[in-house]
Amino acid sequence: MMVMYTTRLPPSGQTVACRAAAVRISATKRLLKMHFDAGVGHLGGNLSVLDTLLVLHHDVLGSDDRFVLSKGHAAGAMYITLWSVGQLPEDELATFHEDNTRLSGHPPASGLPEVAFATGSLGHGFGLACGMALGLKLSRKSGRVYCVTSDGEWNEGSTWEALHFAAHHRLDNLTTIVDLNGLQGFGSTDEVCDLGPLADRISARQVDIDEVDGHDLTALRAVLDRPSRGLPRVVLARTHKGHGVSFAQDRMEWHYLPLSAEQYARAISDIEALAIAGAP
Amino acid sequence: MRKAFCDSLTARADRADFAFLTGDLGFQAFEPLRDALGQRFINAGVAEQNMVLAAAGMAREGWRPWVYSIAPFATARPYEQIRNSICLHHLPVVVVGNGGGYGYGVMGATHHALEDCAGMSALASMRVDVPAFDEDVPVIAAELFDRSGPSYLRLGYSQKPRDAAPPRYKAWRKLLDGDAGTLVALGPLAGLYWSRCLETPRADRPNLWVACQLPIAELPAEFGDDVRAGGVVCVAEEHVAVGGLGSQLALEMLRTGGRPESWVHRPALGYPSGRYGSQAFHRRECGLDPTSILDLFATARETTR
Repeated sequence: MMVMYTTRLPPSGQTVACRAAAVRISATKRLLKMHFDAGVGHLGGNLSVLDTLLVLHHDVLGSDDRFVLSKGHAAGAMYITLWSVGQLPEDELATFHEDNTRLSGHPPASGLPEVAFATGSLGHGFGLACGMALGLKLSRKSGRVYCVTSDGEWNEGSTWEALHFAAHHRLDNLTTIVDLNGLQGFGSTDEVCDLGPLADRISARQVDIDEVDGHDLTALRAVLDRPSRGLPRVVLARTHKGHGVSFAQDRMEWHYLPLSAEQYARAISDIEALAIAGAP
Repeated sequence: MRKAFCDSLTARADRADFAFLTGDLGFQAFEPLRDALGQRFINAGVAEQNMVLAAAGMAREGWRPWVYSIAPFATARPYEQIRNSICLHHLPVVVVGNGGGYGYGVMGATHHALEDCAGMSALASMRVDVPAFDEDVPVIAAELFDRSGPSYLRLGYSQKPRDAAPPRYKAWRKLLDGDAGTLVALGPLAGLYWSRCLETPRADRPNLWVACQLPIAELPAEFGDDVRAGGVVCVAEEHVAVGGLGSQLALEMLRTGGRPESWVHRPALGYPSGRYGSQAFHRRECGLDPTSILDLFATARETTR
């Protein structure tokens, strides 16, 4: 069964931008709390992609659309996003990483109908999304497939296989968003396996490519809302690992580290300060 | 078996949910299927990992995809994709590997699949089918079209005695009676032994069984009777010793109490001489050729006397 997404309209008297910012602050704080309570790391890549997932699930995905989270290590951001659209109950977030949970460290193979595929081994999601998009086209069904990859997983040959496949089959019902935070497991993307400007590499294929500030909710939404030009779309979302948390932002170690109590308090303060300042 | 396979699938091309993905293989074999399926015949290119992922994605959308390549390319290269994206989700994707065992002969070791049955049958909800004869292929294909979970179909080269008609397909079949123990072969090897056994007096030949499915679901009662009748039980397979028919049968017999009087396992041994040749060459090197197998039973009888 595929997920039936709901798009939440802003409460009366609130602007879309105001509501989006409020959702973002609330989700970021809840994400930090969930990871802190569970003593779990992987925060950096969750914070970089959270804005993308929120925009997708609140404002973009329709009832015929599909979503694949290829960067499965951002499962926390995915769960928080589902919580923020009312598809995961508050009390279930407390089970994250616990025994007998649906909320495993990477998206589960069963138990959550909102999760199309168990991911976590990188380089799988884009190809899966290609198959879903091709399946929809051959069935003459409406709906788009959205896939979010990390930038590190463009080290994987299978990701490039998927890009070639998408371009060759002109999967114009497919949008792949790359969370371009520039840091991967043990170094920067430039240090580990320099792919050069990813936009140049990708645009060598017949795809429709955009770059956007991945923390600018309005810009993200505008890019994702743009109609397809008859080609598969790739959106490079420039983001910051550990976004919004002063001591974690753009620091590789926060790919892994859990928060201490002191760090957690400081992280919450950072997010609240951003909310007051109204900064992205 | 490729023609029987192509014919079987072409006959079902009118199934609207059937799609076929090939890893750039099928020249002078699958043209009829390509013509029958039209857009649903997808050459996914030399990109087996993506081919499997795309098939899983299509299955999520209600399709029944079949993915095809040479056996090692279909199973070993995209193993993780099969595990994570097909098997963990119990999706009805059929992975088809052509030339199981030493089927690609002198093409070399990279083209041989000697560990595929172990790897595939270890995966959650995966069923492995190894047809022995061309006649088995349409029966198995029909089953696979209606199976709810993932499957691996290992195709080989069908051999049988001239003018012989194999018994209708079942996972385990007895091809011939004998009085000198029991021989079980995985898939096409059985046809090879069948011819030689027919030339051998009943007293000197074993009961000949063919097994075509892993994991073993249930052993036929008659097989148990043959084992209890005594003599050597020999398992022959073009597959390594670990995880194939022999080890799975041994476990099943331990579980069910059907212990043989004597047990011989003849698996694929890789490349003992370090040289390469035809499928028949590699079978001889492993003692899987009919002469070696029948000699094994003759020797056992001499020892008993």
